[in-house]
Order: sequence, then structure tokens, then C-alpha cells
Amino acid sequence: MSESDLHGPAGLAPGDEEEVRIGPRVLGYVVGLGLAVLLTVTSFFIAGTDLVWQPSIPVALVVLAIAQMGVHLVFFVHITTDPDNTNNVMALAFGLLIVFLVVGGSLWIMSNLNQNMLPMDQIMQMQR
Amino acid sequence: MFGKLTLDAIPLHQPIPLVAGSFVIVAILAVLAWVVIAGHLPYLWREWITSVDHKRIGVMYSLLAMVMLLRGGTDAIMMRSQQAVAFHSEGYLPPEHYNQIFSAHGTIMIFFVGMAFMIGLMNLVVPLQLGVRDVAFPTLNSVGFWLTATGALLVNVSLVVGNFARTGWLPYPPLSELTYSPDVGVDYFLWALQISGVGTLVAGINLVTTVLKLRTKGMTYLRMPIFCWTTLASSLLIIAAFPILTATLAMLILDRYFGFHFFTNEGGGNVMMFMNLIWAWGHPEVYILVLPAFGIYSEIVPTFSGKPLFGYRSMVMATMAICIISFCVWLHHFFTMGAGPNVNAIFGIASMIIAVPTGVKIYNWLFTMYGGRVRFATPMMWSIGFMVTFIIGGLTGVLVAVPPADFLLHNSLFLVAHFHNVIIGGVLFGAFAGYSYWFPKAFGFRLHEGWGKAGFWFSLIGFYVTFVPLYAAGMLGMTRRLQHYDVAEWRPWIMAAGVGMILLVIGVLCQIWQLVVSIRHREELRDVTGDPWDGRSLEWATASPPPAFNFAVLPDVEGEDAYWAIKSRAREQGLLRSEPEYKDIEMPRNSPTGFVCAFFATIMGFALIWHIWWLVALGGFGAFVTFIVFAWRDHDEYIIPAAEVARIDRANREVRLAAISHARSPS
Repeated sequence: MSESDLHGPAGLAPGDEEEVRIGPRVLGYVVGLGLAVLLTVTSFFIAGTDLVWQPSIPVALVVLAIAQMGVHLVFFVHITTDPDNTNNVMALAFGLLIVFLVVGGSLWIMSNLNQNMLPMDQIMQMQR
Repeated sequence: MFGKLTLDAIPLHQPIPLVAGSFVIVAILAVLAWVVIAGHLPYLWREWITSVDHKRIGVMYSLLAMVMLLRGGTDAIMMRSQQAVAFHSEGYLPPEHYNQIFSAHGTIMIFFVGMAFMIGLMNLVVPLQLGVRDVAFPTLNSVGFWLTATGALLVNVSLVVGNFARTGWLPYPPLSELTYSPDVGVDYFLWALQISGVGTLVAGINLVTTVLKLRTKGMTYLRMPIFCWTTLASSLLIIAAFPILTATLAMLILDRYFGFHFFTNEGGGNVMMFMNLIWAWGHPEVYILVLPAFGIYSEIVPTFSGKPLFGYRSMVMATMAICIISFCVWLHHFFTMGAGPNVNAIFGIASMIIAVPTGVKIYNWLFTMYGGRVRFATPMMWSIGFMVTFIIGGLTGVLVAVPPADFLLHNSLFLVAHFHNVIIGGVLFGAFAGYSYWFPKAFGFRLHEGWGKAGFWFSLIGFYVTFVPLYAAGMLGMTRRLQHYDVAEWRPWIMAAGVGMILLVIGVLCQIWQLVVSIRHREELRDVTGDPWDGRSLEWATASPPPAFNFAVLPDVEGEDAYWAIKSRAREQGLLRSEPEYKDIEMPRNSPTGFVCAFFATIMGFALIWHIWWLVALGGFGAFVTFIVFAWRDHDEYIIPAAEVARIDRANREVRLAAISHARSPS
């Protein structure tokens, strides 16, 4: 069944790809690779350096990690603001929401359990 | 050579599993012998086993679910009868065996009845409702089905080789850890669910892709039938939740096979993490089951009320709201396990909030019926029975969502009655409603109404007679999973539940007989037009059973209730739309990939359970080679010539035209 019957040229079946000239594509991947390498190297550099205020290092690493994710999403996973990309953006948002709910919820539940269900020896220690 | 597998694994000294097991084996051999001798094997292989047609796969899923319903139902009969006699006595089932029965009952009913039936109906109907020719990934669909069948097979093999889990349908550690369950029971559970879980996940991916990417011209999101919406929501939940199940079971597997300590207290693990993770999957799971059922009712109620669905957009909103909120309530399954009041309060409130969109749906169905000309056919009877029953189940659910009440009722028969109330009243009634509603579409003839109604009434009354007493026994303090008891006050309620079980069995027998009678009288029950119920959505626009390509020309949709609009116009004008220009149609070729993959997966699963490592390698290698061979295929489509399409479509146009002129002629 040909896809263009259904959606016109904008809708692509999963796995199908539009024909694009190779040049800009390679350029996109090279830029992405460059940024990813830069961010990785910076992370390793910052982790070992004493040029910056030490307590800021974890924060800096988190920021670099998030930037790394952004680079991957834009250059390798090809998340764009194109209208044809709405499904991908929605899927990403849904995934993030579920991960947030499940991971956040689990952390909250388990830490609460740990406080409420301390083993007897630890409760004794706290009361001492 | 054979790992842990020895001849002792066959329960020669236990009469009940042995007799049951040999009966099933003899029955299967008899069916196989009949198939081979009567020469049906090539037909079955070509048209069904290797089929990648979504309709055939949907039918096979539903058939698997119905067979498994009999297996799970037999377990239920044994539990009810055991409790009926086990007052001040041991009953007839030893605890070892009784514990396996309730574990297998839950596992089978959720994974191989509920899930299989719902995925089967979604497969059968969704592409037809969207006006397209197949799902997005037809061969993957077949793989998904056969992997589900592998899981079902492994669970049933445990009946005769080794034993099943004795841990309940969710294997809570520490009981399910190697220390307390050293035998293969839990391993059967784990590998059956890991393999069928892959099948469920690919089915979910397939259905999401189908709904998002394959819709006919003009079928915008807000013109899709509600069943497509609930399929989308349910499949999104599958994609989001089943990986959690797979990961959790994988951790338990690592604990059991490689001495990890995820869930053991000794090595710094935490038992509670299992409860937390398994219910983070488990609560979305119940909505995975019930959302498609809601969709089925949303198709049936408007059709048999002769009115468009009331509040279409609120129905869509409610469905998607349930899809999100279902991920915010899982702690209510373990209120009593030590979380503080804040956590319990938040999750309790979320559990009550999720009842709101469900309530919206109930009102929408009621208002759809209000002022309509309601026809009480079997599918509609199931739907009305559902509405009444599900409201009761929902209300007891809101009751146990209150943490202090839950502290009293946790793990009592009240809870058992509650979830059977929503699963039988919601999912199973929905499955039967969908089965009787779409059966004519799948096979070209209707089911016998009289036996269907008898089946409905026995099931409905049997349900109440079984489970209302269990509510009462739960209020009196009876806990679940008791092999025997000696409290005199519980006895009458348990006896009443036993009587209800008999009524439920009669209901099932009525439905089996209904199928037999309907097949015998199929010529009288023939659905010639393809629209036996005066339907509203596109599946009724094609013949019954639909041709392999579903639609000769993909329909053009101009509003909600797509087929109703086409039909109304045809009735007004007294003629069909002018004959379209037929073209060749490309359809995916059948492929044995799914069956062969599942064959090797079965071998691999069995070998993993019994620690036969060389066979594990062999099974894994076979499955991988199957995948490689499929990936290297050259021809994946075949052509149905335009002339053939025209011949099939003209026949259907003829009967439809006759039906229209018949409807217009003054009588």
C-alpha cells in the first residue's frame, strides 16, 4: 500500500526516508559529533580541574550532561520543530513525563519507607 | 546434559495434575491428529499460522484468550470448590498444589486472557475502523502473537513438567527468591512473562504506529472512533509500562540465577523495591486492560441506541487523562507496607481522582442511551451489565483508595471481590461484548442470540452470586488465598460463592454451545451486507468477512461516524457512490517468521527454566537466524490484480444496493 495515498508527501511511513542530498546530512552529523566530543572533553576536564570553585563542579557536570542530551536529540535523533515531527516531540514529552513520575515517585516512596521502617538497631542508635 | 530436568519433574505421584495434564495432552493430540488426517494442515499453515493479516492474527489472539479462559476458569472452579469443602478439614487440594493454582489463575487470566483478548480485538478492528489495509508492521504483528502463545504454552507445560510458582500471581520476594522457592515454579513464571512480554510490547508499538501513521484520507484524530483512541492510550501505556515489568523480572532473574541481591535483605537489597516497581507496571496494566474495553462499549452503545456517541470530545479527554493518571496511583497497592501518611494521602487522592474520568465515561454512555431507540441485542446486554457492575466495582475501589479503610481490607477477600468486580465486570464483559459485536465482521455470520443472552444472564447473575458473598466474607476478616479455615461465620458466604461459581460455569457452557449452534446454523445467520447491526464506523463499510485488502478503495472520511455519513447519503439518494476506478493492490506476503521465532523462543525459555545451557544457546541462535533470514528477504509483497479487486467489491456493492432499495421501498 503506497503511503502517499494516505497522507500526501508530508506523511512518511515508519522506516521510509525522504530523499535528501548527502552533503548537508554529513555536515549535520559532523557538527553533532564535534559538539558531543567538546562537551565530553569539557566534562572530563572540569571533573579533574581546580580552576573553578569546587562545589560548582557537580552542577557544571549536570548542565553539561543535559547539553549533551540536547545535542544528541537535535543532531542524531533529529528532533525538530517541523510539524511532521510532532509525534516524535510528543513521544519524547510522554517518555520524560513517565520517567519523571516513575523515578521520582519511586525515590520518594522508598526514602519515605526507609525513614518509617528503620531497622531496630538504627532506631536505637537515633534515640541514644 | 539436561540441567535440573529429571524424570522426577513429572508429577506421577500427584493424581490431579497428572489426570488433568494427560487429559489435555490427549485432547491436543486428538485435535492434531484430526487436523493432519483430515488434511487441514497445509490450509492452517498457509492461511493462519503464517498469516500476517491483522484480521487473522486478531482472531488467533482471541481464540488463545478463550482457550486460556477455560484453563484459568478451571483453576477458579478448583479454588472455589476447595474452599467450599475445606472447613475444619484439609479439603482435596494439598497446600503445595492449591498455591500453584491461585498463582496460575491470576497469571493466566491477566496475561493470556485479558491481554490476549484485548489485543486480539484491537488487531481485528482498528485497521478496519481507520480505513486502512493492515497494521504498520504486519510480520512483527505475527511475531508478537506467537511469542504470547509461547508464554501461554510455558505456563501450561508447568502443569506436567515440574511445577508452577507458589507465590501468587506476582512473585513477591523474599518468597520468590531462591532461598524460599528453590524449585522451577518461579522460573516458569519469569520466563513465560519475559517472552510474552516482548510479544505484548511489539503489539503495543505496532498499534501506536498504526493509529498515528496509517489513517485513511480525512480520518483526523478527532474523527477516529473512540475504540481507536482507547487503543492508542492502551498501547502507549503498554510501551511505557511493560519495560518496567521486564526490568523488574530481569532483576529477580539475576537474583535467582546469578546470586545478585536486588531484592534480598542480606546483600543490601530491598524487598520493597520489588513491590514498588512491579506495581509501577501493575497499575497501568489494569488500565491497559480496561481502556480497550471502554472503547468497545463506546462503539456498541451508540450503535444499539441509534444515536451518535454523547460527548465524543470529553470521552477522548477522559481516555487520555486516565492514560496519564494511571501512572500516579501505584502505591495504593501497598498502602500498608510502611510508607508515611503524606505518601499514602497523595496516592490515595490520586486514586480517587482517576475515578473522575471513568465517571465521565459512564455518564456519556448513559446520555447516549437517553432518548435513543435502544435495541437489546447481546452486545448491548453485556454493555448494560457492565455499566451496573462496573459502578459497584468502582465504588468499592474508591473505598479501598482511602488508606485507613485499606488498612482494614488489605489482602482480604473484599479486595479480591473488588478487583474481580472491575476485571470481570469491565474487561471480560467488554471482551464478550466485542466478541459478539464483531464476530459477524470476522466470520460473516452472526452468533445465535438466544444462547448468547442465556450466557449473559448466567454470567451476570453468577458473577453477583459469587462475588457479593466474597465482599461479605472479606468484611468478616477472611483473607485471600486460604487453603483451609475454621471460622464458622465465613462458611455460608463461601458456600454461596460456590453456588455462584456453578452459575458462571453454566454461563460459559452456554457461550460454548452458542458458538457450536451458530456454526451449525451459519447459513441462516449469514451477514450478507457486511453491516448486520446498522453500524456507524468504517469496519461496517466493507464485506463480512472483509477481503484480505479490507477496502477496495480506501474510504474518504468527512466527519465523525464515518460510515453513518456514507450510509445516510446512500439511503437518501437510493444509490451507492459511483463505482470507483479499481487498481492493483499490494499486500504483505505471509511469513513463517513469527511461528519459527516463537518455536525457538519456546525451546530457549524451557531450557532457561531447567538450566539446560546448550539448549539455551541453540534456541537463541535459532531465533536470531530466523530474524536474519527475514531481514534478508527479497519479496515481501504480492499483488492482487485490479480485476480481482473489482470482482470482490462488485459482489458486495450489489448486496448493499439491494439492501438500500429494500430499506427505501414502502413496506
